Amino acid sequence: MTDTTQASFSVAPQGVGVVSPQCARFTELLHLRSGGVIADYELVYETYGTLNADASNAVLVCHALSGSHHVAGTYADQPNNVGWWDNLVGPGRPLDTNRFFVVGVNNLGGCHGSTGPSSINPATGKPWGPDFPMVAVVDWVHAQARLADMLGIHQWAAVVGGSLGGMQALRWSMTYPDRVRNCFVIAAAPKLTAQNIAFNDVARQAILTDPDFHGGNYYEHGVVPRRGLRLARMLGHLTYLSDDQMAEKFGRDLRGDSLKYSFDVEFQIESYLHYQGDKFANYFDANTYLLMTRALDYFDPAREAEGDLSAALAVAKANFTIISFSTDWRFSPARSREIVYALLRSGRNVSYAEIDYGAGHDSFLLDDPHYHAVMSTALEGVTV
Amino acid sequence: MSADVNNHSPNDSNPLGRHDLEVIASWIRPGERILDLGCGDGALLKYLREEKGVLGYGVEVNPAKVLAAIANGVNVIQIDLEQGLVGFDDAQFNHVVMSLSLQAVQNTERLLREMLRVGREAVVSFPNFGYRKHREAIAVGRMPVSETLPYQWYNTPNVRFFTIADFDALCAERGIEIRDRRAFDEQGRPVTDDLNLNGSIAVYRLARQSA
Repeated sequence: MTDTTQASFSVAPQGVGVVSPQCARFTELLHLRSGGVIADYELVYETYGTLNADASNAVLVCHALSGSHHVAGTYADQPNNVGWWDNLVGPGRPLDTNRFFVVGVNNLGGCHGSTGPSSINPATGKPWGPDFPMVAVVDWVHAQARLADMLGIHQWAAVVGGSLGGMQALRWSMTYPDRVRNCFVIAAAPKLTAQNIAFNDVARQAILTDPDFHGGNYYEHGVVPRRGLRLARMLGHLTYLSDDQMAEKFGRDLRGDSLKYSFDVEFQIESYLHYQGDKFANYFDANTYLLMTRALDYFDPAREAEGDLSAALAVAKANFTIISFSTDWRFSPARSREIVYALLRSGRNVSYAEIDYGAGHDSFLLDDPHYHAVMSTALEGVTV
Repeated sequence: MSADVNNHSPNDSNPLGRHDLEVIASWIRPGERILDLGCGDGALLKYLREEKGVLGYGVEVNPAKVLAAIANGVNVIQIDLEQGLVGFDDAQFNHVVMSLSLQAVQNTERLLREMLRVGREAVVSFPNFGYRKHREAIAVGRMPVSETLPYQWYNTPNVRFFTIADFDALCAERGIEIRDRRAFDEQGRPVTDDLNLNGSIAVYRLARQSA
């Protein structure tokens, strides 16, 4: 081995570099959990790494509420647009693209390129808007299975996801037990609590009651329900952070030098939340937000087994890795343990790590060394 | 809480590296469901899976050991045993094993009860504080330090100090049936005479006394 080669090995692992999204069109009817049907739809996706000869090294990454198919890398024309889970994917990273062929897909109903409420409904020539059928997590799984067929992937080496993405991974293991060898369910829950649904409802009400919502037909009015979207994101964002982390990051720090005794922004936390809300309202589709939060609310795979999650999971064949974070109060460690105990009861292979990390629900997107060591180690055990 | 005494190096005559583990393995039949409390790096579970085809799960609270167990390819659940085994069903396992960790938990009695709730049998091993060498140390006024008690009093993870005789008494008092009981000296040789005096490590096979 030459010195040059050694040098190239000693540098910190680099990401996947410049990537491009691809689009797949499906014309076979997709029957949805809600009773609705989609006849013609597109899924936008990205892939990283190389599919091996027997297609045994494919890993599906499922995205959360506001995520997309852009999991890793950057775009040639947008060098700052880094994938949402870039720290996890790449050569030498936990989802090592030297071993794995990683696939990210924008969920049906999304607003990043896959068919969704802001897409044109071929039947009317206008955006779907409120007529877009209600999609459930299981519908995403069925849609992703068709993409897998198209890519020649019969069985995923692993399906990986955090939050709502973790729920999709769990659903995959139950809906297509023979197509998932390993399942990574991170910062997720087997179903939402009343509190979780309540937060989603407040977020939706903010959008639904925005005068610019126009019953979901805001596209034809040339407006977006910005105020609603902004409030929805501010509320949602709060639930992703931990109290300690906010105290540490913002405390009671003021935006200006002294109190103004007004309802304008006084505290840094307000400024931060407003910024997050504005940023989100600039790119995210309100109808998609409504659909995604509803899919979360409806998610309850145990319902098919009269509420018995272990009975529902008995069909699964995958090896499971369940991960939670100590300061996540949106989907607390206790919620992950519900999944773990159900898997134990149904005799599945399961490992569970509770990561002591301070960033709340959002911890799953960050690169705590122990968290990533658990991911790397578990993924090294995935045979390809 | 799990003690680092789990880390003795293996040798040829004893693939598990510890004689109590060999005895434990001999009590487990192929295909059983096993729960190993304080599983450390999962060496016992790995051995039992490879040799006996068991479906095993480890419980471990130490993050580094959880990682080591994942690296060993065994099922490991990161929970704190001090909170008991809530979440586990009754009689969910054929055997619940706790090797050399019982002395390192606060709520020993509750955990024993829990082990016999979720397992049809419990298997425990522990260092015997009644061992001759330990008594000799106390007799000259020092806390014992030995092969099985490798810590100083100020850095030991052990929080419960008991002898084979103490454990027998607890089992009798709490209606726990002792189905088998072995002891080994510091060289790992089986002890047959006066276990409480000559045994450095004790291994028990326990069950709830049938009514």
